[in-house]
Amino acid sequence: MRTHARPWWQRALLTREMLTILILVAAWVVASAVVQGFDGPLTITYLVLDVAPVLLIALPMTLIIATGEIDLSVASVVGLSSVTFGLLHQAGFGLWVALPASVLLGAVCGAVNGTLVAYGGLPSLAVTIGSLALYRGLAVGLLGTTAVTDFPESWTDGATENLGESPWPVVTLGLVVLIAVFAVLLHATPFGRNVLDIGRSSEAARFSGVDVKRTLLVLFVLSGAVSALAGVYYTLRYGSARGDNATGMELQVVAAVLLGGVSIFGGRGAIHGVVAGVLLIGVLSSALRLEGVTVNVINIVIGTALVVSVVAPRIAGGLRVRRRPAVGQGS
Amino acid sequence: MQNAAPTLRLEGVAKSFGPVAALRSGTLVVQPGSIHALVGENGAGKSTLVKIVGGVHRRDAGVVELDGEPVDFTGPAEAKAAGVAVIHQEPASFPDLTVAENIYLGREPLGRFRRIDRRAMRAGARELFRDLGVDLDPDRPAEGLSIADQQIVEIAKAISLDARLLVMDEPTAALSAVEVRRLFAVARGLRDAGRAVVFISHRLDEVADLCDTVTVMRDGEHVSTDPVAGVTADELVRRMVGRAVSDLYPKVPSTPGEVVLRVEGLQSTGTFHDVSFEVRAGEIVGLAGLVGAGRSEIARAVFGVDRYDAGRVAVDGRTLRPGDPTAAIAAGLALVPEDRRLEGLVTESSVARNVSAVSRRRLARLGILLPDAEARLARDWSGRLAVKAGALDAVATTMSGGNQQKVVLAKWLATGPKVLIVDEPTRGIDVGTKAEVHRLLSTLAAEGLAVLMISSELPEVLGMADRVLVVREGRIVAALDRADATPETVMRAATPGASSERGDAA
Ligand SMILES: Nc1ncnc2c1ncn2[C@@H]1O[C@H](COP(=O)(O)OP(=O)(O)OP(=O)(O)O)[C@@H](O)[C@H]1O
Ligand SMILES: [Mg+2]
Repeated sequence: MRTHARPWWQRALLTREMLTILILVAAWVVASAVVQGFDGPLTITYLVLDVAPVLLIALPMTLIIATGEIDLSVASVVGLSSVTFGLLHQAGFGLWVALPASVLLGAVCGAVNGTLVAYGGLPSLAVTIGSLALYRGLAVGLLGTTAVTDFPESWTDGATENLGESPWPVVTLGLVVLIAVFAVLLHATPFGRNVLDIGRSSEAARFSGVDVKRTLLVLFVLSGAVSALAGVYYTLRYGSARGDNATGMELQVVAAVLLGGVSIFGGRGAIHGVVAGVLLIGVLSSALRLEGVTVNVINIVIGTALVVSVVAPRIAGGLRVRRRPAVGQGS
Repeated sequence: MQNAAPTLRLEGVAKSFGPVAALRSGTLVVQPGSIHALVGENGAGKSTLVKIVGGVHRRDAGVVELDGEPVDFTGPAEAKAAGVAVIHQEPASFPDLTVAENIYLGREPLGRFRRIDRRAMRAGARELFRDLGVDLDPDRPAEGLSIADQQIVEIAKAISLDARLLVMDEPTAALSAVEVRRLFAVARGLRDAGRAVVFISHRLDEVADLCDTVTVMRDGEHVSTDPVAGVTADELVRRMVGRAVSDLYPKVPSTPGEVVLRVEGLQSTGTFHDVSFEVRAGEIVGLAGLVGAGRSEIARAVFGVDRYDAGRVAVDGRTLRPGDPTAAIAAGLALVPEDRRLEGLVTESSVARNVSAVSRRRLARLGILLPDAEARLARDWSGRLAVKAGALDAVATTMSGGNQQKVVLAKWLATGPKVLIVDEPTRGIDVGTKAEVHRLLSTLAAEGLAVLMISSELPEVLGMADRVLVVREGRIVAALDRADATPETVMRAATPGASSERGDAA
C-alpha cells in the first residue's frame, strides 16, 4: 500500500497552516509598502519584543486546544508571576531565586487548573474563567496599585538587548529553542500523538491506553509554567512588576492559536501555523499602531480576523456539502 | 401479478470519492416478495450501493428505479418518503434522545393539540421490541447502548417505517443466534406481505437460510445473480474472493501452558456477578451468550476501561490495578473492543496512526517518533490482515466497515500482547479475511498467546475455542470443553429459562 495518497509538495503546501503563512507574508509586504516607518531593523526588533509573551504562551496553548480544552487563566498567571517576581526581589532575594520561584508558582497555578479539569471532570472553560479571576485577584491583592520597578539594569537590558549588531533581540534565541521543543513535542513524540488523539476521540485514546487525565494535567502545568516565564519576561521588558500586567492577553493568545489553524474542537493543529498566527497579529498591531490607529480599533481588526478564521472553514465545508448533490446528475 | 416491474432496479451505478472508485458498476434487481442477498468482499462497494439507494450519496452514473420509476434522491428523507427503509452498517443514533425518540425521530405520533404523543411512541417501540424478541427500555437514552442494541434500534426504526423496500446492511453482525432468528421472522413476514428486502451479510449460512436470490459483487462491480438454491456456498466464496476458502476455522493444536490471565470473583453490581475464570498460555477461551448477557462488560472490566466493585484480575500472577487500562497494556493485555468507531479507532486519524497507536512508545527512539517507523509497522500489519485502503494516510472514516475492523485488529496484534481479548473480532470481516484472522489467532495461540474470544457467531466460538464459557444474565453458567461444546449445549445454557445450574449443559 502507498504511504501517502498525495505527493509531498501537496501535503506540505495545501494546508491550513500555509494559508496563515501566506496571509502573514502578504500582510508584511503590504505594511512595508504602505505604512510609514514599517520597515527596517527596528520593526523586527520591536515586533519580536512585543510578541514574545504571546508567542511563549501560545505554544502550550496550542497543545491544550488540540486536546479540545482551553486555558483562559494564562494572562492572570502572567500577572501573578510578575508580582511574585517583584515581591521576591523587594524582599531581597536574588533574581536567580525569584525567577525559578515565579515559574514554579505558575506551574502550581497550572496544576490547580489541571487537577480540577482532569481529575475533577470539570469543563476547562469554566475552571479557567474562575482561575482567571482568582489569580488576577491574588496578583492585584498582593501588590495593590503599586509597582516594583527597581530591577537591576543588567536584567532589564538583557530582556531588550540585541544580538550584537543584528536587529534580533537576544530573547529570539530562547523563543526559537522553545518553538523547536514544542514542535518536536507535538509532531514527533508519542506524547504529541496522544494529545491529538485525545482531541479527536478521547474515548478511543483511553481504550488505547492513553492516560488522558495525566496528559491533561501535564499540559496545564506546562501552560502555567510557561505563562509564568512570560510574566517574568514581561516584567523585565517593561521594568515594572504590576498586578495588572498583561490583562486581557489571553484573548490575543487564543486568537493567535486559532488563526494559526488549530481547531477549537481539538484534534488538529501545528506549531508552525501558530507561530505564523502570532506573528500575523503582531504585524497587524504594529502596522496599525504606526498608522496611529487606537488600541480599540486594533482589537476590532484582530477580533474580526479571528471570527473569520473560525467561521470560514465551516462556511467552506457547508458549501461543499450543499454543492455535492449538484454534481453527478445520475444518468 | 399486475405489476411486473421489480421493486428496485439498479444498473451500471457508479460512485467515486475523489480518486477512489467505490462503486464501478452496481447492478441489482430486487423483485417484490423476495429477500435478496448482496455479498462481496470488504470494500466491494456494498455499503456504497446501499447509501445510494438510501439517498445518502448521489450516484455519478447509472440507473436507479423504484417500481419502474426512475428516482434520484438528494437526501435520506426523500428516500424514506419514497418507501425505502435502510438499516445502515454503522448506525448513527442521537445519544441524548431516548430509544423511542430515536425510532420515531421526525415522524412522532401526534396527540391532541398536535402535541407529541409519548405514550403512543413508547407503546409502539415496545411492540417493535417484542416482535424482535429483545428486552430494551424505550425510555432509556440512546447514549451508552451496546453495538448490538444500537443495531436493534436501527432495525426497529426501519421496520416501523413500513416501507416497500427494506435494505439491511449487515444487521446481524453483532447479533447472536436468538436475535437473528427473530429478525429473520420479521423479514419473512415482510416478504410474505409482498415487500422487497435486501440483506447484506458475511455469514453465508444466514444467506442460505433467509434469502431466495443472491447477488455477488466484487471490486465495485456486479459479478452474478442466482437463485440461492442454485449455487453452493463454496461457489459464492470463490466468486467473492477469487479463490476457494477451504477451511474457515483452521485450528492449530496447542498444549496449554501456565495460567496467564486469572479473574477471580469479579463483580459489577447490576451487570455481572461472581465471574471467575482463567486463560492459559496457548489457549483460546470463548465467551458465548446472548446479546446483553454481560460478556462485553466483563471484557471491559478485565481490561480496566470499566471499574468493578469486587474481585481481582491478575496477569502472570500479578494483580492489576482496577480501572487502569494503561497498566493493563503494560502487563501485556490487549482488548479489541466491541465498538470500533467509538472505542477501537480514532476515526479522524489515518490508518498508519491508528495501527501504531498503542505501539508508539515502543517505536520511539530517544523519545522521538519518526513517521517512517509508524509507516513501516502499519504497512507490515495492514498487509498481514489484507487491509484495503487508498493509502496509509487515508483517514479511517473513508474505509469500509470490514477494513476498519481489520485496522483495530492490526493495532492490537502489533503490540505483541500476552493476553488478547477480542470482542467480536471478525464483525463485518469477509469470509476470505476471516479465515486469515482465524489462522492468525490460532497460530499466535500455538506460540503461547492467551486468547479470550467473545463472539456472537456460534460457529466461530465452537470452531476456534479450546473451552467455551457460557454467560447468561451476568454469570458464567457453564464451562464446556471443546469436545462437549455443540450449538445445542451452548444455546441451552445461554437461554434464560432453559437450564439454570452451572455445568448443567455439560
Ligand atoms: N467517503 C469515502 N471516501 C473515500 N473512499 C470511500 C468512502 N466511502 C467508501 N470508500 C471506499 O469505497 C470502497 C467501497 O466501500 P464500501 O463501504 O461500499 O464497501 P463494503 O462492500 O460495504 O465493504 P464491507 O464489507 O467492509 O462493509 C472502499 O474501498 C472504501 O475505502
Ligand atoms: Mg459495508
